[in-house]
Amino acid sequence: MSSRPYIREISKTGWFYGQPRYLRYMAREVTCIFIFAYTFLLIWALRALANGPEAYQAFLDALNSPLGILFNLAVLVGVVYHSISWFSLTPQAMPLQRGEEFVPGNIIIGAHYGGWAVVSLIVLFLGV
Amino acid sequence: MSERQIQLEVLRYNPETDREPRLQTYSVPCLNEWVVLDALNYVKDNLDTTLSYRWSCHMAVCGSCGMMINGEPKLACKAFIREYADQIRVEPLANFPIERDLVTSVEDFIAKLASVKPYLIPKEDKSISAGEFKQTPAELKKYKQYTLCINCMLCYAACPQYGLVPEFLGPAAIALAHRYNQDSRDGGRDQRQEVIASHEGVWECSFVGACSEVCPKHVDPAGALQQVKIASTIDWYKEHLMPWVKK
Repeated sequence: MSSRPYIREISKTGWFYGQPRYLRYMAREVTCIFIFAYTFLLIWALRALANGPEAYQAFLDALNSPLGILFNLAVLVGVVYHSISWFSLTPQAMPLQRGEEFVPGNIIIGAHYGGWAVVSLIVLFLGV
Repeated sequence: MSERQIQLEVLRYNPETDREPRLQTYSVPCLNEWVVLDALNYVKDNLDTTLSYRWSCHMAVCGSCGMMINGEPKLACKAFIREYADQIRVEPLANFPIERDLVTSVEDFIAKLASVKPYLIPKEDKSISAGEFKQTPAELKKYKQYTLCINCMLCYAACPQYGLVPEFLGPAAIALAHRYNQDSRDGGRDQRQEVIASHEGVWECSFVGACSEVCPKHVDPAGALQQVKIASTIDWYKEHLMPWVKK
């Protein structure tokens, strides 16, 4: 190395601006906050349930308010984006080799969507 | 043959005289078939002999001419002028210290690469007279893509994690460790795990995936790192929950 190599500083907080692939990555990471927020909603639901029918009804009313619907819609968009962006990465993390060839990535991604659909159906079945 | 006048903006730095890098623009008559490396060679041969940059093969095999072209890590020999507008900015590879002009310091990468033992460590000793280590086409295919790595370091320039945490072992070194771990003839995984399964190893990676997007040889280092994470996690569970199971 030369006696005076020049080191370019990187902004610890702004490095992802101006580069679409970094912004996509940040979007994928940030959308986990929606999942985090929804777990609080579930905990609130459990507490309301434990506090009796009136408390639970109040919780349901809160969900039906414009704010509650807006919150659920925002969470849905965030969670769908988060899930899709992670599913699209699964063939890289979990390649499957059958015989000599690798299973095409679309099949691995598709299997995740299939699993998602099955779990959603089970939840729907239990809920109805 | 059509010719086009290109304004080539080059980030220059002379450690003997400059406090910091500065941009210098050269007007270069480029042929349509040229790559950015040809334009740099034109500058060196005709306009400014003091310009420093690395290159060797001019065919995307040696991995020497990696640089930032319009902010994107590229091999200058594979970046065709016709794919760019009339103004092209060329800078040294991001995340590496600048030695001079477009030449960066590669010591850190070389040391990291050596630390993962990127060579075959045979499972058992075998004399030459006992013959070769045989491998099926499927066993070869399991790791073959990683053998295409040319150590050009574009993946390190694309990796924000390496830029923010210079201790990170980085994409190419871990992908090459994974290449040997995946090789049916190799028995060196335990020796490599100490380095690659450490905090500065795979666990510093947050799967931005930029390394795989910029790789000029279509290697998937990001995939390799996630596979190492999964295998290391399984190791941890086996060790702590099933200590009686031999690795």
